Amino acid sequence: MARPVRFNIHPIQADVKDNISLTNMPEGYTGEGFFATNLNSVVGLARKNSLWPLPFATSCCGIEFMATMASHYDLARFGAERLGFSPRQCDLLMVMGTIAKKMGPILKQVYLQMAEPRWVMAVGACASSGGIFDTYSVLQGIDQVIPVDVYVPGCPPRPEAILDGFMRIQDLVGQESLRRRTGEQYKDLMQSYGIQ
Amino acid sequence: MAFISFMALTNETIKERLKAKFGDELSHFEEPYGLLTFEAPKDLNLKVMQFLFDDQELRFQFLTDLTAVHYPNQPGRELAVVYHLHNLVDNIRIRFKVFTAIAQPDVFTASQLYSSANWMERETFDFFGVNFVGHPNLKRILNVDEMIYFPMRKEFPLEDQTRIDKDDAMFGRGGSLPETMGAPSTHSGPIGQAAPLNSQDPGGATSQSQAPGAAPEGR
Repeated sequence: MARPVRFNIHPIQADVKDNISLTNMPEGYTGEGFFATNLNSVVGLARKNSLWPLPFATSCCGIEFMATMASHYDLARFGAERLGFSPRQCDLLMVMGTIAKKMGPILKQVYLQMAEPRWVMAVGACASSGGIFDTYSVLQGIDQVIPVDVYVPGCPPRPEAILDGFMRIQDLVGQESLRRRTGEQYKDLMQSYGIQ
Repeated sequence: MAFISFMALTNETIKERLKAKFGDELSHFEEPYGLLTFEAPKDLNLKVMQFLFDDQELRFQFLTDLTAVHYPNQPGRELAVVYHLHNLVDNIRIRFKVFTAIAQPDVFTASQLYSSANWMERETFDFFGVNFVGHPNLKRILNVDEMIYFPMRKEFPLEDQTRIDKDDAMFGRGGSLPETMGAPSTHSGPIGQAAPLNSQDPGGATSQSQAPGAAPEGR
């Protein structure tokens, strides 16, 4: 006595030509069999389309991140297919959720274990500024302990917002100079956080 | 005790047994929402609990909760340590309080009698500063270890005192931040800068200001 199937009975044939997006070539000089551009753009292009994020999901924003990773709002479209939960293997630290003051040193330790180049995205109000929890136990923003590149406001931010934040990280990654991490300004930034 | 009751255990029975054993030392018997509540002097807290535990009729052998309340307006009796006991067999609950002065908040530990009191007393110490005499490991359990104040005491302000970007007017407190911090609209708070937090924030332990938006200390 099976009910007749009502959904997904007219499958749409996948149209490969329309559904693949290609990223644009960086500017350069093309010729017969060669393409000259600067290393920054090529390396940035490669890095930004294959970021490996570390989801440091603590509370509700982590649920929104799960939705972002799922098929509907697919994060894998942007190259972040492979999530690592080890900081040693990841580029992007996505802090999603409320960080307590007790968790602050642990978060800093995770950040220190990441290899350069590394980026940090603070997802949600609690990670950006403590959110609605202005109390004795909540760290008022993770930028008290680690430097942050992109803040995604929201409580929680919608998956589209997280994706927008991710795209801005991609912009930062694509345009970053290869010498940034060895420069004086970056060293001063790290000094101000107490990171050698 | 020779008297054994075959009726179900009631609040009246418990009260009579307690009065028979401890007399006038227990006071303030009341029954808010049917839960028998009384107050004991703080030197007797273990004796009362031991009696309630060992007695074959009373059998209050489960410590449901151990917490404290801060009454800043009762000098000499500011901190009340509240015990909730449960008789699992007869399904009766009972609550008793011991009051202690805030200057010397020493209370005997219940952890020898109830193992669950171990962490509950650590939490009470963490948030109210009640010193449990004889506790095997009395240190902070939920807050950062370096914290020097007790957050749940009434003098402690709710909000983190290191915030300098919160506009009082927007949070319903009227007025804006004092002059020393600059105008709220032009000031870029800690979020705009790399503001390191190298040591734990004391949050105004000694001089407590009532306005949460007041000047931060120690920055």
